[in-house]
Amino acid sequence: MAEKPIQGEKRVFMTGNEVVAWAALAAKADIMYGYPITPQNEIMHYWTRMAPKYGKRFLQTEDELSAGFTTLGGVLAGRKAFTATAGPGNTLMQEPLSMAEMMRIPSVVIIQQRGGPSTATVIYSQQEVTMTTYGGNGEGFRIVYSTANHQELFDYTIKAFNTAWKYRFPTFVLGDGYQAKMRESLTIYDPEDRGIELVKTEPFIGKEPVNGEKQPVHIRNTYNTEEELFEVITKYLEDYTRITPEIIEHQEFDCEDADIVVVSHGVVSRAAKGAVQELRNAGLKVGYFRPVTLRPFPADRLRAVADGTKTLLMVESSLGQMAKLVKDAIFGSTVAIATLFKPGVGVTSEEIVTKVKGML
Amino acid sequence: MTMVPQMPKSWRLETKPHKFCPGCGHGLVLKALGEAIDELGIQDKVVFGADIGCSLLAWDFFNVDTVQTHHGRTTPVVTGVKRANPDVICIAYMGDGGGYAIGSQHLVNAAARNERITAILVNNCNYAMTGGQMAPTTLPGMKTETTPYGRDIKETGYPTQGPEMVAAITREGSYIARGTIANLKQLKSFLKKALENQMAGNGFSFVEALSTCPTNWRTNAKDTWAFVEKEMTKYFKVGELKNPAAKEGE
Ligand SMILES: Cc1ncc(C[n+]2csc(CCOP(=O)(O)OP(=O)(O)O)c2C)c(N)n1
Ligand code: SF4
Ligand SMILES: [Mg+2]
Repeated sequence: MAEKPIQGEKRVFMTGNEVVAWAALAAKADIMYGYPITPQNEIMHYWTRMAPKYGKRFLQTEDELSAGFTTLGGVLAGRKAFTATAGPGNTLMQEPLSMAEMMRIPSVVIIQQRGGPSTATVIYSQQEVTMTTYGGNGEGFRIVYSTANHQELFDYTIKAFNTAWKYRFPTFVLGDGYQAKMRESLTIYDPEDRGIELVKTEPFIGKEPVNGEKQPVHIRNTYNTEEELFEVITKYLEDYTRITPEIIEHQEFDCEDADIVVVSHGVVSRAAKGAVQELRNAGLKVGYFRPVTLRPFPADRLRAVADGTKTLLMVESSLGQMAKLVKDAIFGSTVAIATLFKPGVGVTSEEIVTKVKGML
Repeated sequence: MTMVPQMPKSWRLETKPHKFCPGCGHGLVLKALGEAIDELGIQDKVVFGADIGCSLLAWDFFNVDTVQTHHGRTTPVVTGVKRANPDVICIAYMGDGGGYAIGSQHLVNAAARNERITAILVNNCNYAMTGGQMAPTTLPGMKTETTPYGRDIKETGYPTQGPEMVAAITREGSYIARGTIANLKQLKSFLKKALENQMAGNGFSFVEALSTCPTNWRTNAKDTWAFVEKEMTKYFKVGELKNPAAKEGE
């Protein structure tokens, strides 16, 4: 046992779900809890094959309520615990994750989005943005990374554990069925060999006595007065606001002189990138902006971009779930807004190119 | 013997041949159910609820009112229908994952409340629709996608014995049986009695059907049948556990 799962660096060609399982191993995750659902199943399949070789564990629960709550239990015990789900499973996980939010439990959840409720569709969709960012009965104190390719799935799964444990907010990697199932090349690596420090975990409960004396802890989500809850939320908001600049990430290019900036996230941003490059090559003044973190949102930078251009074109595989975050972020700006929404279906660069040309 | 397949009257011909894999047991359970519906003459009164799992492939299987629900939630959906309209005959059709894992609270509580519905659960020892993961009914040592080294009972416990559990928590009026697609005549009679029990207003009716999933078991026809008839019956005993009608009748 005990040997490192990845020695040095390795070029590989694998599906997104396999990538996530490798990343969790590389991040030294201890235990996965999960319930079958397409398109995340293979994360569990790879994990259950590889994990025992490295002394790691797995529990298949009776549903996602249980997968979510057992994950919280694992984290409370001080383990790097994670789960993965999609669609209707994500819906059920909002209850445990509301608890995580208000107890600052650093759980890590991989979401491979799928379309519509019930069984609906399982491949291309960005319809779980609202739910993943603000789905609980709370204020949305969470961190959400929206990945676009397999390298990012690997990088951000490792990062998610670090972010969660450093800042103590539940952290999500938001992929989709397309990234989950497709094969792509990437470099997998041992993070510590690259100088990426892995944030240490620590038990919340079941701690050893200090100087022979046990200090019992009482973790709760119950408040005697409204004011008490208000105080906690105010403190969380302060913390969240303070750490936001350290967490937010985005990508942009060619925004400075652009008349139109295409805003997209996740897998759709791949098409947007191709489209903007093509339009630039044709001499058109078009820019590219992609939030990588959807919570917290790179609001200040996008506001500046909005103020320096004429139109933001929002492109996504949903009816404007990212667009809501964008509009909130740029509130007060007079930039014009255009949209290309295709809920639950793929978006190609050609479509974006055509759309932009029609606008100019 | 005739080569023309005999289809129950309640089947919806436009949707046949059905969408289950070759050798799948779901089609046989639904054949027995179709015949039971025909023989009882209740086609116009049935509300059929289909769970998520391969059961969902039956969403357009019968010429009866049908609702395909969410994974594990068919029992409460048809319970809601029955409570609002006691004149209809409600069937909740689900898999072993749907019934014994995600929907187990609903099964337990519907049984405890003695809901006048008929729940039919297809036991194929795995989560079939999602590609063959461990189910509550996966046999000890059995390999699945999430038990790649075989189900370890020390880690995951023993297979759920559904009818036995339901029998333990129900009182008078409930009908409970376990049938198998290896004995369709008997399975049909169990399903018929389970429906009659609902129609008589006696109480909760529950039938588990031992079934096949050659696709995820990765078995040929011979091994598939051997698995149902020999392996599954080691843990899952076929027969009636509770029958309110038997007291006077037999
Ligand atoms: C809340 C939720 N979690 C997970 C799923 C994914 N899912 C679809 S079918 C299925 C398993 C079905 O297994 P079973 O109930 O045994 O039926 P079978 O396909 O074996 O007949 C699962 C887990 C879902 N649709 N909804
Ligand atoms: S996967 Fe298994 S249960 Fe589903 S239709 Fe095919 S054989 Fe039947
Ligand atoms: Mg099953």
